[in-house]
Amino acid sequence: MSEKINMVQAINWALDDAMAEDRKVLVLGEDVADHTGGGVVGITKGLSDKYGRERVVATPISETAFTGAAIGAAMMGFKPVVEIMLMNFMTVCSDMIVNHAAKLRFMSGGQTSVPMVIRTMTGPGMGSGGQHSDFMEVWYAHTAGLKVVIPSTPDDAYGLMRSAIDDPDPVIFVENMPVLWTPGDAPERGSRIPIGKAKVIREGKDVTIIGYGRVIQNANAHAAKLAEQGIDAEVIDLRSVQPWDVETVLASVEKTGAAIVVHEAVKKFGVGAEIASTIHEHLHGRLRAPVVRIGAKYAAVPFSNVLETASVPSMAEIEAAVRSLVGVPA
Amino acid sequence: MPANTIPPKAVLMDIYSKMSLLYHNDDRARQVIRTGRLNMPYYSFRGQEAIPSTICSQLRDSDTISTIYRGTHDMLAKGCPVDKLWAEMAGRVDGTCKGKGGPMHITHPESGMMVTTGIVGSSMPIACGLAWANKLNGTDDVTVAFFGDAAGNIGAFHESLNLAAVWKLPVVFVCSNNRYGEHTKFEETCAVDSIATRAVAYGIPGHKVNGNDVVELYNAAQEAIDRARAGEGPSLIEANTFRFFGHVFGDDDAYMPAGEKEAAKAGDPWPNYRKFLTDGGYASEADLEAIDEAHKATIEAAVAFALASPWPDVKEMYIDVYAEELVP
Repeated sequence: MSEKINMVQAINWALDDAMAEDRKVLVLGEDVADHTGGGVVGITKGLSDKYGRERVVATPISETAFTGAAIGAAMMGFKPVVEIMLMNFMTVCSDMIVNHAAKLRFMSGGQTSVPMVIRTMTGPGMGSGGQHSDFMEVWYAHTAGLKVVIPSTPDDAYGLMRSAIDDPDPVIFVENMPVLWTPGDAPERGSRIPIGKAKVIREGKDVTIIGYGRVIQNANAHAAKLAEQGIDAEVIDLRSVQPWDVETVLASVEKTGAAIVVHEAVKKFGVGAEIASTIHEHLHGRLRAPVVRIGAKYAAVPFSNVLETASVPSMAEIEAAVRSLVGVPA
Repeated sequence: MPANTIPPKAVLMDIYSKMSLLYHNDDRARQVIRTGRLNMPYYSFRGQEAIPSTICSQLRDSDTISTIYRGTHDMLAKGCPVDKLWAEMAGRVDGTCKGKGGPMHITHPESGMMVTTGIVGSSMPIACGLAWANKLNGTDDVTVAFFGDAAGNIGAFHESLNLAAVWKLPVVFVCSNNRYGEHTKFEETCAVDSIATRAVAYGIPGHKVNGNDVVELYNAAQEAIDRARAGEGPSLIEANTFRFFGHVFGDDDAYMPAGEKEAAKAGDPWPNYRKFLTDGGYASEADLEAIDEAHKATIEAAVAFALASPWPDVKEMYIDVYAEELVP
């Protein structure tokens, strides 16, 4: 049995290994240094003790200034990994991310580039309410020049972080909070997961379920239960939202003839709309039914557990969609 | 307050040469826009030439700057090639950025011109990062962030001054206070009568100078740049000045009180600095004219080069979005 670790440890390993290999890799953000706790959940623990507080810097709560500082350092050849603690806080410095990090390569005609990683945690399910839980990946996926990855397992997190640090362009690395502590197979140190490559986590022939983050892991577990009842779903963990793996998704849906896209971001104008539309454009005549989109309700993420649970996709919702698409009523 | 030192003659003449290039470039840009041959938003810096000319006279090639949409003077003073600048303003393939950035987003790393932003205040956070890189690399290179007085009221200014002070970054924040943020007067928008006083809040030196006076600028620049090179941290310079052609080309200045602009002309650095040099015996009229003529010839050649340069191929849409070219 291989060693099990969680995503907190996996990302820590990735940062540690990247910093050991390349002195240009920097880590900055609120509380990231060891004397400040090594990050609010400990992802950067041990790094400043090992690599020094010149390279691992606890910043003021000034997202615009420190994200700008990461951009400037990246333009000068460093590879900063900047932690914007929670995804909602990215709105505070969206100018730096959207107008600058994303566009400087293009606007300079390729003379400058911004090889930085923005690490950010988010996700409903923690009782954190409306300003600490939002999935806003589509905002950044919509901005040309950025890449967006959302791993759901420790080994994917390790490999995607290594690829994100290697990447010559800015990458938003989303850490889905509720799965941060879920144990999984330990990654092979030094391994890479290519950005833009999805993973078929369950093979099936009846219907394709596409998603990312906690919800796709839950959907996968649920698909195993449905299999016992003879419903054979294929499950794809997208892992990267921009660029996303069109090829793997289309190959799967061509085989199954039906698809469900699920995410914990709001359904309206979400990533699911882009995926569903792309499937329709390519496979219209081969689909048994329109692609089903499942996402969060169009509201702020509520605090009360009852409401928070009701706001995000449920396994009952996914099962109902699956049954409808395969024609097997409950 | 110690008396200001007059710079050595060679420095005075270097500053004049920069000012002359800037002055004539602005003049020519407005002329060419009027003919319809250039179609671009143009934020004239006329009246503010002394600031970057003096500051950049104290910079090395390896020092870096960041500036803003009203920034052509900063770029030229730092050494951005005139022909590539004009080609970029014209949206042509020979521009600094292949025509993809335009006048508001000029970049020319070889001359240290790292970023030009169209967003008020955003030159400063990025300058912190450029300066941080200098520090991490163990060099004594410095970074200058140019911005206007209106940027003194945006969060990025306050966050950047604080971060630069806490991290002791080798950066000089240079505020050109031209008395207006777009169409609104400084006094209506700023709670203090001088941006430089805000340095106190971040525990760094704040220099309030006459931004039309080369000698005052030189002394402040030397102090701030020396401090940055020595690893002692950032400084803020507020250079008080005036812009004579409004916010953007075509601005009719209707929002300015009658007589304000005319009164400000008494402080116009262009004729005043020429007089300073000739009165002081540093140069003759003929010396200055020779410098002017050389720059005018360079600018004419740049205009011709720019307008003859090809338009970019539309495939450029897919290039430089990422390192890897996109498939249309």
